[in-house]
Amino acid sequence: MADVATQPGQGAETSTRPGFVQRLFLHNITAKVAALPMIATVLVIFVGCTAWTIYYSFTNSRLLPRNDFVGFDQYVRLFGTNRWNISITNLLMYGSMSLVLTLTLGFLLAVLMDQKIRFESAFRTIMLYPFALSFIVTGLVWQWIMNPTLGLQGTMRNLGWTGFTFDWISNPRMVLFALLIAGLWQGVGFCMVLMLAGLRGVDEEIWKAARVDGIPTWRTYISVVLPMMRGVLVTSVVIIGSGIVRLYDLVVALTNGGPGISSEVPAKYVYDYMFGGGNIGQGLAASTMMLVTVMIIMVPWAYLEFGGKGRR
Amino acid sequence: MSQTATMTGTAPASSKSLEDGPRGERPKPFFTPKKIIIYTTLVFFSLYFLFPLYVMLVTSFKTMPEIRFGNIFALPNQINFDAWHRAWTSACTGLTCNGLSPGFWNSVKITIPSTIVSIFIAAVNGYALVNWRFRGSEIFFSILIFGSFIPYQVMLYPLVMITRELGIFGTLPGIIVIHTIFGMPILTLLFRNYFASLPQELFKAARVDGAGFWRIFFEIMLPMSLPIFVVALILQITGIWNDFLFGVVFAGTQNLPMTVQLNNIVNSAQGTPEYNVNMAATVLTGLVPLIIYFVSGKLFVRGVAAGAVKG
Repeated sequence: MADVATQPGQGAETSTRPGFVQRLFLHNITAKVAALPMIATVLVIFVGCTAWTIYYSFTNSRLLPRNDFVGFDQYVRLFGTNRWNISITNLLMYGSMSLVLTLTLGFLLAVLMDQKIRFESAFRTIMLYPFALSFIVTGLVWQWIMNPTLGLQGTMRNLGWTGFTFDWISNPRMVLFALLIAGLWQGVGFCMVLMLAGLRGVDEEIWKAARVDGIPTWRTYISVVLPMMRGVLVTSVVIIGSGIVRLYDLVVALTNGGPGISSEVPAKYVYDYMFGGGNIGQGLAASTMMLVTVMIIMVPWAYLEFGGKGRR
Repeated sequence: MSQTATMTGTAPASSKSLEDGPRGERPKPFFTPKKIIIYTTLVFFSLYFLFPLYVMLVTSFKTMPEIRFGNIFALPNQINFDAWHRAWTSACTGLTCNGLSPGFWNSVKITIPSTIVSIFIAAVNGYALVNWRFRGSEIFFSILIFGSFIPYQVMLYPLVMITRELGIFGTLPGIIVIHTIFGMPILTLLFRNYFASLPQELFKAARVDGAGFWRIFFEIMLPMSLPIFVVALILQITGIWNDFLFGVVFAGTQNLPMTVQLNNIVNSAQGTPEYNVNMAATVLTGLVPLIIYFVSGKLFVRGVAAGAVKG
């Protein structure tokens, strides 16, 4: 029973020995009523809506949802659609680059910040402020900076460096890197803060021991400290990863999927089919695929966090 | 580093990186090669982080002829607030030309009630989860936390149907409910961890004195949870202000938040783009979270790290 410790005042209720059902509902009734918004959110939104979406992704719903089952047809069509395939390829490419670079740069900067430097809080303020800004603001600023004629490229050419090329935003082959620059600008500081908290959590004794053994600093970081930060690392991967899967606002603001469809992402596909294209079944199937992607990231984490309880 | 310089006699024992540099007193231990590399790297990255802010501000103060001259680094010839004025009052969002100010007020109207409602509900959740556990409460909490990782797009369409059914789709109450729902996991976690860290004796003593659920909540728990309230406030105000997706789907055309209107001004306006107006509008939209960020300082860090580093 989960509620042993906390109800010294429930004697009157328990003395009447109510049945199981009554106990389930009436026991602690105020707390249950107070927690109703949470219970409703969990049951109706997180469980109910998700189940609804999965269920209806197997139907032939177009403008309105309807119970016309077509099996995996929506998924077959999904993976037969060029735009979707480009979207997931982009997500995979952008996601892996973004994840690796965010973690690497975040860790590197955290290590540098951890060297008892001066102006630490100034540096932290500078690195983290983009995280306070929305993806829309981020996307629009970088769209302006990457403007081929008047932005960085034009400026450099006007200043005499005529061969300077920074046209990533209008170059289908490079547009993902444009997204990456903006995405990293927004997110690296956050990762750095997480990593720094992890580094600060490492026992000073470990450092002393490593120093006595004559292990070089960089080696201590990679072989000793990094494995000890497993918790922070895994959490960072999950947070950054699920953020990447949701990637939407940044694309809308920076490129709107262009040039052509070269920077489309799944979240935008879902939105456009659900609310723009009047093809709900496609949107639902695509969003179910997004859910599957998140699950693939989440399951190892859940296993580590909740499966391996003996480690804590 | 600083103490190693004074310990040169016993170098082998301390030696973090003292192999380089001469022995004896060093008047300026600041300029070791290691320090130079560290600071150079940090300054380089700082420039990357600061550059867009600089460009935004500089561009917003320029006139269009200055911008067409094509030097994104250059300071404006003179500080010119025209673009700011236009961005606020008359920039076009594709259909109307009222500038960003309606969006700003819409965002205020969305953010304030959403923040209050979501924090209040989450505080009650956290309190119930810690002090009034009931059968299944931990399971609900686990699903809630897992739910925060489900992509919003998965729940978007059914939510549209639900809110439409309730008659709040495309209205202020609708968007407030949506923000309350999606703010719930992180905020509940925040309050749960905070209440769990308070001494349980307080609660038990109040219980013995016969205080009930709400009385303990309002008279004991709330007054003690000011610090976590501030963190939650920062988290929610910036989060809701920066939201785009929910605003565009649920707020309705009358209540479109600032981010949506900003995007419309920049990305769907007709005619020649006015980059100074665009940048002024962008700064204006970023101003609220930026002010909160700079004022709150370390609390912001605590807020964003709250979900990640478990308390």
